[in-house]
Amino acid sequence: MSVVRFRNILYVIVAIVSLAGLADAIYLTVQALTGETLACGGSPDCFRVLGSQYARIGRIPVAALGTLAYFSVFTFATFALFGYARARLFLTLTVTAMFLATLWFLYVQAFVLHAYCRYCLFSAAVTFLLSGLVIALPPSES
Amino acid sequence: MKRYLPFIIVAVLGVAAISGGAILYRAKLPHLLSIPEDKAISSNPDTEKMHIRGNPDAPVTIEEFGDFECPPCSTMAPYLDDRVNEFKPHVRLVFRNFPLSAHKHAHEAALAAEAAGMQGKFWEMHDVLYREQSTWSKGDNPHELFDAYAGTIGLNVAEFNKDMESEKVKERVDSDHARGLSLGIKMTPTVFINNHELPQEKRNPEGLHGVIDEAVKETSQTKGKQK
Repeated sequence: MSVVRFRNILYVIVAIVSLAGLADAIYLTVQALTGETLACGGSPDCFRVLGSQYARIGRIPVAALGTLAYFSVFTFATFALFGYARARLFLTLTVTAMFLATLWFLYVQAFVLHAYCRYCLFSAAVTFLLSGLVIALPPSES
Repeated sequence: MKRYLPFIIVAVLGVAAISGGAILYRAKLPHLLSIPEDKAISSNPDTEKMHIRGNPDAPVTIEEFGDFECPPCSTMAPYLDDRVNEFKPHVRLVFRNFPLSAHKHAHEAALAAEAAGMQGKFWEMHDVLYREQSTWSKGDNPHELFDAYAGTIGLNVAEFNKDMESEKVKERVDSDHARGLSLGIKMTPTVFINNHELPQEKRNPEGLHGVIDEAVKETSQTKGKQK
């Protein structure tokens, strides 16, 4: 298999994986917007995380930023697949920022809130997978 | 065509994501509950069986279904108390136990509050349980802490323990819970102001102030017309 083909397959996988993260982030954003995170009814641990001060930046739910991030990953991976030169750089920067944010949120869940939300853990898993895929991308010829 | 394909793919995903989010939002948007007249407190004014804070004859009733282990309930509790004081003597707060099964110690905490109520100190225990929620809710045996709280608020601890085991206290918790279920309540806190559920976005000091202020004005106008 040629390097170009391998790289393109990885871009396709990145785009597909980002869709899973996007669906998760949209669900969490809707929960935050409907106020479901401000009431107890489902998993108590999920509430502790999603209803905490760490789940919002000002009035913006962190999940909304996650939605934007996953959408960006999909966009950059798609453009990179079609040969847009700068898309790969933006993809790497976005995934790096997401990786760092994920580390912070895992720290908050483990050591500050002492509760884990399964939707957040799923998102963390998706981000780690995306990070691995981006690292695995063969260097471009340019 | 190939040049525009990534734009088309991204645009399609963007539209799909926004549409999907909007459909989910509409589906999840809570439908506000109302208490039917035959179940309203005004139709069943048995104040003996209720825990009331504020003027028992106040024209505006805030009925809260709460769970002592639910973090948003503990956040909401001081907001409600402040509004009762602010709108004295027009507002009364009625607390109903609605312990959720997802919360390990919520039922026991409700029993503790009711047992304190048997000695006339329901609200004192209510306040301590919410204030200390992060402590007792994490332990395996919160009963020891409940005993300590009972001592702190001046209860006879032996009596308190006996009451916690009593059928009367269990019945009170169960009866509140049954009332909540019959009204269609699924989550806590659920707050009714004069029989109308408080929307989620009003669960803050400003939102509460606005809704209560409106209810007070409405009841004053109704009284004025009746005179």
